[in-house]
Amino acid sequence: MQFMLLFSRQGKLRLQKWYVPLSDKEKKKITRELVQTVLARKPKMCSFLEWRDLKIVYKRYASLYFCCAIEDQDNELITLEIIHRYVELLDKYFGSVCELDIIFNFEKAYFILDEFLLGGEVQETSKKNVLKAIEQADLLQEKTEAMYHNKSFIGSKKAY
Amino acid sequence: MPAVSKGDGMRGLAVFISDIRNCKSKEAEIKRINKELANIRSKFKGDKALDGYSKKKYVCKLLFIFLLGHDIDFGHMEAVNLLSSNRYTEKQIGYLFISVLVNSNSELIRLINNAVKNDLASRNPSFMGLALHCIANVGSREMAEAFAADVPRILVAGDTMDSVKQSAALCLLRLYRTSPDLVPMGDWTSRVVHLLNDQHLGVVTAATSLITTLAQKNPEEFKTSVSLAVSRLSRIVTSASTDLQDYTYYFVPAPWLSVKLLRLLQCYPPPEDPAVRGRLTECLETILNKAQEPPKSKKVQHSNAKNAVLFEAISLIIHHDSEPNLLVRACNQLGQFLQHRETNLRYLALESMCTLASSEFSHEAVKTHIETVINALKTERDVSVRQRAVDLLYAMCDRSNAQQIVAEMLSYLETADYSIREEIVLKVAILAEKYAVDYTWYVDTILNLIRIAGDYVSEEVWYRVIQIVINRDDVQGYAAKTVFEALQAPACHENLVKVGGYILGEFGNLIAGDPRSSPLIQFDLLHSKFHLCGAPTRALLLSTYIKFVNLFPEVKTTIQDVLRSDSQLRNADVELQQRAVEYLRLSTVASTDILATVLEEMPPFPERESSILAKLKKKKGPSTVTDLEEAKRERGSDINGGPEPAPAGTSAASTPSPSADLLGLGAAPPVPAGPPPSSGGLLVDVFSDSPSAVAPLAPGSEDNFARFVCKNNGVLFENQLLQIGLKSEFRQNLGRMFIFYGNKTSTQFLHFTPTLICSDDLQASLSLQTKPVDPTVDGGAQVQQAVNIECVSDFAEAPVLNIQFRYGGTFQNVSVKLPITLNKFFQPTEMASQDFFQRWKQLSSPQQEVQSIFRAKHPMDTEITKAKIIGFGSALLEEVDPNPANFVGAGIIHTKTTQIGCLLRLEPNLQAQMYRLTLRTSKESVSQRLCELLSEQF
Repeated sequence: MQFMLLFSRQGKLRLQKWYVPLSDKEKKKITRELVQTVLARKPKMCSFLEWRDLKIVYKRYASLYFCCAIEDQDNELITLEIIHRYVELLDKYFGSVCELDIIFNFEKAYFILDEFLLGGEVQETSKKNVLKAIEQADLLQEKTEAMYHNKSFIGSKKAY
Repeated sequence: MPAVSKGDGMRGLAVFISDIRNCKSKEAEIKRINKELANIRSKFKGDKALDGYSKKKYVCKLLFIFLLGHDIDFGHMEAVNLLSSNRYTEKQIGYLFISVLVNSNSELIRLINNAVKNDLASRNPSFMGLALHCIANVGSREMAEAFAADVPRILVAGDTMDSVKQSAALCLLRLYRTSPDLVPMGDWTSRVVHLLNDQHLGVVTAATSLITTLAQKNPEEFKTSVSLAVSRLSRIVTSASTDLQDYTYYFVPAPWLSVKLLRLLQCYPPPEDPAVRGRLTECLETILNKAQEPPKSKKVQHSNAKNAVLFEAISLIIHHDSEPNLLVRACNQLGQFLQHRETNLRYLALESMCTLASSEFSHEAVKTHIETVINALKTERDVSVRQRAVDLLYAMCDRSNAQQIVAEMLSYLETADYSIREEIVLKVAILAEKYAVDYTWYVDTILNLIRIAGDYVSEEVWYRVIQIVINRDDVQGYAAKTVFEALQAPACHENLVKVGGYILGEFGNLIAGDPRSSPLIQFDLLHSKFHLCGAPTRALLLSTYIKFVNLFPEVKTTIQDVLRSDSQLRNADVELQQRAVEYLRLSTVASTDILATVLEEMPPFPERESSILAKLKKKKGPSTVTDLEEAKRERGSDINGGPEPAPAGTSAASTPSPSADLLGLGAAPPVPAGPPPSSGGLLVDVFSDSPSAVAPLAPGSEDNFARFVCKNNGVLFENQLLQIGLKSEFRQNLGRMFIFYGNKTSTQFLHFTPTLICSDDLQASLSLQTKPVDPTVDGGAQVQQAVNIECVSDFAEAPVLNIQFRYGGTFQNVSVKLPITLNKFFQPTEMASQDFFQRWKQLSSPQQEVQSIFRAKHPMDTEITKAKIIGFGSALLEEVDPNPANFVGAGIIHTKTTQIGCLLRLEPNLQAQMYRLTLRTSKESVSQRLCELLSEQF
């Protein structure tokens, strides 16, 4: 995988992860182009498209688009499930994750992603093992604030 | 304010994020950010030492600001400080900041690397994990230099925790991708392969990615991974759906790992060991069987995961391309998917079938789905799916279904998305040509293409139809009739005018007998389009008109009137004006015979690969044409006599003189009367870099060529304008030649375009690489061009160097033979008399020996002869031949594919002023060529 982008329906970038070296300028250009391309697509269209010499795999969860760029040889369907597993991991960690969780806890979203994917490849597919690593870190935490959630993201389980 | 859910609540961060979200405008956001940046800066600069928590909070705020798209120019040091914290969460934020914002600030890199090194050595698996993530995320060369040795060690150490192993494997993969030279294979490689057997499926998953990438580059080293991967895969696909616990995903056992293993196997041919091969075939069959079973869940995740494995298995089957049974089953499976209600599956099935279509075992099976694919083209709502359908139709096309497929593509073209039109046009043009049994069908198809999608028909396409019509006389009459009819349309595309103009100019006579398409009607029809066209088309039409003058004397005066009109003779466009002047003059002064000769029908084009195919392949060879458009126009201006005006009153072809060089060949010798050589053919020059557009060899070229056989440097060509010098050196089968082009005049050369031309045969044995030179050469200046040479196998011809440029308004075209000869790849071999004659005897079969007896052309001087033999490249062996007057030499010709030992003997006969030269080598063609080359030297 070359990169993963999370962006909202309004085109706001929520998370970016690059597995190939690119300049900031290139990254911005790619993001702009791709967000535009994906947002322009209609709901029932297929989840794959060719873009430059890459294959784009994307899926929308509630207000958020998850979008991965893979190479010619890579498997589209398994990439779709990489996205889904990442959503599940976020969901399990935050407890019914919503876009706001990712905005306010962007660092956690990065940590979870790093446990799941490394260098653009799947490192660990077991939900238990990934979250164990993250929760261990939380246990080391001195204080825990009271938590409540704004459950607008994903909402009903039907979304995936 | 939404609260932080878990872990380290950084309240200040949450407040800041909230503030940003509440900003009503971009300006307000920037203001808030600047305020925060000022605050953070003052905290970092303040005398009070910040505690770890605050530092972490501020670094995290900076990171947030950066991710919003703003530049960050401070805080790196504080982030690096966090790396050495003992608190995991502080370290973690530090690493995240570094991963996202790293730059090649060398001072910082050293500090970061230090912290990483400490964490790697810490034996704390969490810290080691963070450090490895950081290396993998940054993946820079500096990181590779610092850690390429440590990471493999951690990966294969017995006491490394599983999670650390996983990170180490993928970290190493990233470093290998960045800097393969810094990750040498070693003892660790075989231990890595055995990770495929690891009990922990997470470790196997990570390791498989690493092994796949390494195996692609080092297949030999990782060969043993094949049988391990097969047995692992076999255990997975036969496991019950719950066996693998958390590695089962929606009832599919370890789908990610399965896909990776199948990918790894695609690095290799089918396993040779029958047992392994059998087991793999079983696996693949099981996967295909499972596709037919009812789903264990209705969730899309279940079917996606299952089909991900299935598609990867099909890729492997196609990659192996050896089991007809599996290939046909794969094809049937994909056929089912073609009609699946999931768009994703239809898309993938079309994509996958494309590769299947090229296998001889499954091509026929793929073809049975043609109706479904055509239907997809018509009904799919998503353009990316339709694009796949076009690709598949193209891939499955053969003689049996070409007419149907081309018709469908043409009708799709009418409504196709703009983004893919050009590609479809190219595909249609290629298929129509490739599978044309009946060339009238081909002509119709291309004209339809122009009608439907004229704007997307590139030059290559319409050039090609002309080439084909010219080369096939059975279709010329039909083509003339068809373009004539097509031109009747009130609005037709300019490309049609070009094709029509060209074809009628060549073959209008074939339909002139019909009163409905009499010469005058043809001319009026074309001329009615003239004013609607751009300059290049007008230029082409003017050439058509002068051709008409030859074909149809009855319209000569009409055409002369048109040429004479102010709008032509005084056209602001120099090219058009020049043509009008020249053609008018030509039509006035030249006799019918001369006109017939000069304006004769085009000779056939040399057969070569279709230029459209090349375009589709997007082959980007080392182009010697710097400015394609210019170059084309330039060659276009060579049409019908070139811009050099034919002097009044000179009957061009019958009184050969350089100034009457009607074909604009510059330095070329005067063209003899008679049909123009193909090199000066009308319009031929428009079409890419056809060798036939090249001037004949310049006078004296052969002599100069011979002078370079025994030397490497000197002047190759010189006339009043241009001097070409050479410097070259050769080693074994490689060489490098510098060509110096000197402008001897005080005027600039424009569009200066040297081109190296090799025949197809020569291209296969001699590889030349060069870069284009600057198209402008100032007066008195010299430009140089380097040519890299590789001798692949022995060869007998020489490349031709063609130079085209514009000097003060005239077009110059010079060709010389480039002295790259077989003997340049000689390495001298010293040997004793005894050895020499022993080998001489071994090479005694008639094919190995070539002999030549010839008269001396130069004074027979012993010292000069010796120098020439040495210059030729072989060793000069003293005291070998019993007759001291004779010369013998030995050497080895190096080519990429082979080395050929060569022995030679030169026997002078002073009395008769003759020589006898004998060459013995292990290869007849080599003996032959060396003998030819050397016998010219004395």
